[in-house]
Amino acid sequence: MIKVENLKKTFGDNEVLKDINVEVKKQEVVVVIGPSGAGKSTFLRCINLLDSITSGHIFIESVDITDTKTDINKIRAEVGMVFQQFNLFPHMKVLDNIMLAPMKVKKVEKEKAQKKALELLKKVGLEEKADAYPDSLSGGQKQRIAIARALAMEPKMMLFDEPTSALDPEMVGEVLDVMKQLAKDGMTMVVVTHEMGFAREVGDRVLFMDGGYIVEENEPHELFSHPREERTKAFLSKVL
Amino acid sequence: MDFRFDLIWNYAPFFLSGTLLTIGLSFAGILIGTLLGLVIALGKMMRNKWLSLPFVCYIGFFRGTPLFVQILIVHFGVVPLILGQSNGIVAGIIALSLNAAAYIAEVFRSGIQSIDKGQMEAARSLGMSHAQAMRYIILPQAFKRILPPLGNEFIALLKDSSLVSAIAAPELTYWAQQMGAEYFKVWEPYLTISLIYLILTLSLSAVVNRLERRMATE
Repeated sequence: MIKVENLKKTFGDNEVLKDINVEVKKQEVVVVIGPSGAGKSTFLRCINLLDSITSGHIFIESVDITDTKTDINKIRAEVGMVFQQFNLFPHMKVLDNIMLAPMKVKKVEKEKAQKKALELLKKVGLEEKADAYPDSLSGGQKQRIAIARALAMEPKMMLFDEPTSALDPEMVGEVLDVMKQLAKDGMTMVVVTHEMGFAREVGDRVLFMDGGYIVEENEPHELFSHPREERTKAFLSKVL
Repeated sequence: MDFRFDLIWNYAPFFLSGTLLTIGLSFAGILIGTLLGLVIALGKMMRNKWLSLPFVCYIGFFRGTPLFVQILIVHFGVVPLILGQSNGIVAGIIALSLNAAAYIAEVFRSGIQSIDKGQMEAARSLGMSHAQAMRYIILPQAFKRILPPLGNEFIALLKDSSLVSAIAAPELTYWAQQMGAEYFKVWEPYLTISLIYLILTLSLSAVVNRLERRMATE
């Protein structure tokens, strides 16, 4: 579903991603872990070209999105993204936040979009917040709305960029619960996170990144209990 | 000092028509200046240096030369070139709009650039084009944020419209000068139009304040 080949990314002189090769299958949940500065977020942001890539290829459902002829807006409409800082639209009510993209990008009728938005709000447990403005919500609520907003486009896969890192500890659980449910429903997911518990419980595969490389990847229990690489061991010994 | 209210009363119809023209000039200037200012702001923010250069030059010229000189150039140069004859009102609207656009463009630019870059990213990640993201996400937020400085520009424009009296556009200041010349009076005409200008600017700022409150999201 997602295939990354020889991905390199430099910011000026700084080579952030050195040679990334990954494949994500349909309905797979891939969790990306690693120390800060490893290139995890950049890697994720390259998958929908929010960051331009320096060289290499990225295929989404066999379409080479790095090809200049590809309509990136069309690809992005099918790849949901959830950000660390939520990035809800503060000038719109919650319901409008969720309805906007389906109406403007997919030209869904207003009534249909509204019905779908309300369903999604129910799914993330925030029906009563439909008419609230984002500023009045807690961090956990904002992130659940952000997930609902991404789901409203009916994406084929979802990217999560440290979705719980900006949250107070007591709100992490409610967001992870929504993500777990999504995984259960069969969503293809790539999740950059520091939540090792989530990685272990929900991940089909864990990638450990460091210094712009994927140092090690494995099934979570195996990776956490028997890391092969020294760098993985050193990292895990600090976070577990 | 003998303050002659009766003379002011005699001139009331002229002050009324002058007020209407001042409002008209200002309204046209605000409207055209805002639209043009937005275009220039977006133009100046283009990544390609060569494409943005004309917009940079535009702002440089209209901010860097006196409005009065611009009014004279438009009145004696540009308008006759286009219309074949001079027209104070048309020249006034053009000069005021072009000048205001330069300042308003910078106000827009600062507003747009103050919006967190995550907003654009979130919009693009949902599949919106750059233009859609601008229209539905960035500009509404930027507009809300720039309302106070925009209000300043509108008020400045309204007051600057007095300069077009010099090209015989019969607005408020023009009629005050006429009255002063006819009766050899200073206080009556100029205090009268000061009061009218004050009422106009206060009303304008009240409108802007109301807009601000209406756009509040809490």
